Amino acid sequence: MEKIYLLIVLAPLIGAIIAGFLGSKIGRAGAHWVTSGGVGLSALLSIYVLLQFINGSTGIYNDSLYIWMVSDGIRMEVGFLVDQLTAMMMVVVTFVSFCVHIYTIGYMAHDEENWPKGSLAGTNSYQRFFSYISLFTFSMLMLVMSNNFLQLFFGWEAVGLVSYLLIGFWSVRETAIFANLKAFLVNRVGDFGFILGIAAVAMYTNSLDYAEVFKLAPGLADTQISLIGGTEWSLMTVICICLFIGAMGKSAQVPLHVWLPDSMEGPTPISALIHAATMVTAGIFMVARMSPLYELSETALTFVLVIGATTALFTGLIGVVQNDIKRVVAYSTLSQLGYMMVALGVSAYAAGVFHLMTHAFFKALLFLAAGSVIIGMHHDQDIRNMGGIRKYMRITWITSLVGSLALIGLPGSSGFFSKDAIIEAVHHSSIAGSGYAYFAVVSGVFITALYSFRMYFLVFHGKGPRDEHAKAHLHESPKVVTIPLILLAIPSLFIGMFTVGDMVFGEWFKDAIFVLPEHDTLSAIGFHGTWAFFTHGIFGLPTLLAASGVAVAFVFYIKKPELAESWKKRFESVGIYQILDKKYGFDETYQALFAGGSRGIGKLLWNVGDKGLIDGLIINGSARSVDRFAGWVRNIQTGYLFHYAIAMILGLLVLLTWFVIA
Amino acid sequence: MQFDTSMLIPVLPEIFILTAACVILVVDLFLKEEQRVISYGMTQISLLLAIVVTLMTAPAETRIVFDGSVIRDGMSDLLKIAIYIISAGAFLYSKDYLKDRDLFKGEYYVLGLFAVLGMMVMVSANTFLTVYLGLELLALSLYALVAFDRDSANSSEAAMKYFVLGALASGMLLYGISMIYGATGSIGFQAIGEGLANPDVNKMVLVFGLVFVVIGLAFKFGAVPFHMWVPDVYQGAPTAVVTFLGSTPKIAAFALAMRMLVDGLGGLHADWQYMLVILAILSMGLGNVFAIAQGNIKRMLAYSTISHVGFILVGILAGTTKGYTAAMFYSIVYAVMALGAFGIVILLSRRGFEAENLEDFKGLNERSPWFAAMMLLVMFSMAGVPPTVGFFAKMFILESVVSIDMTWLALVGVFFSIIGAFYYLRIVKLMYFDKPVDASPLEAGIDTRIALSVNGLSMLALGMFPAGLLSLCSAALS
Repeated sequence: MEKIYLLIVLAPLIGAIIAGFLGSKIGRAGAHWVTSGGVGLSALLSIYVLLQFINGSTGIYNDSLYIWMVSDGIRMEVGFLVDQLTAMMMVVVTFVSFCVHIYTIGYMAHDEENWPKGSLAGTNSYQRFFSYISLFTFSMLMLVMSNNFLQLFFGWEAVGLVSYLLIGFWSVRETAIFANLKAFLVNRVGDFGFILGIAAVAMYTNSLDYAEVFKLAPGLADTQISLIGGTEWSLMTVICICLFIGAMGKSAQVPLHVWLPDSMEGPTPISALIHAATMVTAGIFMVARMSPLYELSETALTFVLVIGATTALFTGLIGVVQNDIKRVVAYSTLSQLGYMMVALGVSAYAAGVFHLMTHAFFKALLFLAAGSVIIGMHHDQDIRNMGGIRKYMRITWITSLVGSLALIGLPGSSGFFSKDAIIEAVHHSSIAGSGYAYFAVVSGVFITALYSFRMYFLVFHGKGPRDEHAKAHLHESPKVVTIPLILLAIPSLFIGMFTVGDMVFGEWFKDAIFVLPEHDTLSAIGFHGTWAFFTHGIFGLPTLLAASGVAVAFVFYIKKPELAESWKKRFESVGIYQILDKKYGFDETYQALFAGGSRGIGKLLWNVGDKGLIDGLIINGSARSVDRFAGWVRNIQTGYLFHYAIAMILGLLVLLTWFVIA
Repeated sequence: MQFDTSMLIPVLPEIFILTAACVILVVDLFLKEEQRVISYGMTQISLLLAIVVTLMTAPAETRIVFDGSVIRDGMSDLLKIAIYIISAGAFLYSKDYLKDRDLFKGEYYVLGLFAVLGMMVMVSANTFLTVYLGLELLALSLYALVAFDRDSANSSEAAMKYFVLGALASGMLLYGISMIYGATGSIGFQAIGEGLANPDVNKMVLVFGLVFVVIGLAFKFGAVPFHMWVPDVYQGAPTAVVTFLGSTPKIAAFALAMRMLVDGLGGLHADWQYMLVILAILSMGLGNVFAIAQGNIKRMLAYSTISHVGFILVGILAGTTKGYTAAMFYSIVYAVMALGAFGIVILLSRRGFEAENLEDFKGLNERSPWFAAMMLLVMFSMAGVPPTVGFFAKMFILESVVSIDMTWLALVGVFFSIIGAFYYLRIVKLMYFDKPVDASPLEAGIDTRIALSVNGLSMLALGMFPAGLLSLCSAALS
């Protein structure tokens, strides 16, 4: 199996290297064949591995492949931990990535039009794009397959790097550069917390290996450490919250969520792959992987729960007022990530990870469908300009409908099972903050239905596109675009009903995820088979709310559009609309406070510290004195033999007097 | 002394190289001018075979033969193999250079092999007498090599200075040895070690002798203030010779220190530790500062050598296995780095043109991006930028002094390394950001190209996987 795991990881990397370095030699077709081939191979092998786990013919693999170095007893190594959780993630990552690779062939077909003529950055941009997404797949696999914190951090940073490169892929657009810088900086904040968490783990357990750390963790559960100001903290709480700050950055949780909507500046395939299906779920995966640590700190769990619930509700609300098709989906992603965090917060890790999986399929589908619409609309992304597209793009229409229904939790669809499991788990939880979280996730269902179907109706129904020119050119996207849509639509609908019993309520994750009996909200639900769960859910409150959300959207945007206008005015008059439109002012505050503040401090330090002290006094000053000194001492090196001999004798005399006489 | 033929087996590598050198000397007599490449080929094959012979005769445990004169242990084997490989690299780089200047003579390779033999004897020495024998064999070969271009006034001057100062240093070393012999009554390292434990021994005489021994060693290393010959010899000697002289003898010097100070005078560690502290600080400090002021690349690399020697001394003075391992790692790595740096300098030189000035590196990236990248790796490694191996070499040294609670010395080392980074990075800046003065493309044979690529990439490879060489070093010392 070890060879298979290595091959799964290395195939995308090799593809990325070939497409990246030899892009000009192998040409466009060569680049997409080699990368899609590599990722396709990984996907097939991952499915094989998953099947092996399902029929029980392989066990958990946990071994180190290479010891990079040993420092002070801490081993830094490359190794794989492949269990049921990893196997599932590997399939999700490689499968979505494979679909996205195929889709990109169509989406980026005319990429040269996005660049100024003859620009260097635009040369081979197609190959570069493929190289990046393959590299991303490699990094993400390294992250999920890691068996130690160091490799986790490597994967964590590597996916961040590729995300940065891809958000700013169209590097000649100022907005893209702004967005990738923002994503980079916000993630720095998260990663700072993350690395502090890892450092704390290494400091107290003297190991970076998951298995060893998890074994030692219960013994450290009662350890108290004192932080700044002499306050006493539980070690586990500190570690978990620090690690979670990393997850907040990567998985875009309030208040570090601001980068994700802007990341939509990147090409749509990567919005689907990185900013919906995989990378942003790294935080969820990480917390689930660290369940043996999180279970030891209720404070940390509450923290996760409250942050998640806040994200789930409030970012969903913003989605209702967005008009850019990709941004609506982006806010929906934020909100769904919040749901997953909520699940983790109530120790329903399996439900969170399950929602991660179903979400990966239907959200990637929604993004790719949005991309297909964007291709059809010639890169106009404003949903107010669209309408009636269902007549022109049948496959995109149907698959979008499937995606939206899965997202709002149509009973029977994948989203229904995963979301209901989360809501039920929150309902049965008694941890602090669960009341608030229950309110947030339940009302979130209504909001989700509202914004999803607002977008759906505005785009696909109603009167045709406003612009006659656009209307004339509207047609279905090519097969390379529609086939991935269909490929993703199937699991979006059906995967939930087949797997919910085993994954969420069954034994599937019992070796990968650790839950204390008193936290076990999922078994408190009492699961009596998928069918019972289904019938129970149909008449549940969430389904009712979802249906009413769709109904409200239908009335507002199809039946009586003037009603939407008048409600908008009504909200405007009390200021709620403006608050949502400004996204609660996070962006403005951050830009004024952090960006402006740090630039102010930077300027001050630059003027006084850097130019005056460091450049003037220390660097140039010391350089001048080194220079002067060197110029002076080089006179010693006269070239005369007797001077050299004298120097040796003098050296001898000094050493002799120093050591013998003294 | 009882003689039996099995005693010859541990010294078989030395016998092999000696025979090879003699055979090449004779064969070369009968070669025509255009057949000279045969001598070259035979030299390289001998070095290659020497690796095989050394590996095949490697004893399972340490063997001391010839009445305690010669020792064959893990350290000697590893260092000898490093010497063969790096010498072969130096000979390879120098081939085209020598041809262009009508210096492509058999004597060069014979002298080179004798120098290798001298180093081998030093590495395997177990008495002061053997040490001295190897040292002189190496030194005499090198004097002749430095003067190899005998029509050049610079070369002759450099050789003259080297010879006179070398003689002075040898004299001091011998004097020191005689003092130690006087105090302990022995020249064998094990016997001296036992003699030091004797409370009746005259400490004054011992330390007196120790100072002279350390000076002999410092001269060989080129540590400040016994470094004066280094820049002049590096500048004056033909670049091909400097490539050889600047690389492998550092490994031999490390062995010399290990044999004399650790094996022999280990009991005086407290005394020589502070002598080495002084030499190390002076070397790191002056070496780096002087290097900045140089406009001649060979002189700059000479001062850079001096500063690296300071680092090696820091590892040795730690006096722990960890420190010795680090110093051994550093000296091998340094030899490889120096080989690469001079290899590029040779590459830039042509018939009638010596690439000697920093200006000659201007715009190298435009002339040959690949070799510029190789030089970049070597320079980064010398400056100690991760992930090149130079970083790890420095880190292991610093770790070893930190672990004996001499953190201040580590700080001094770091401080001077920062100063040193300037002149290495200046080369990088010249290569990448300046316009070339002379845009002619670089010519090199396929062997040189491959060797330089391997040499440059090894900086990266060893840096990514430092554990391999490090564990070899620590196994050799245990």
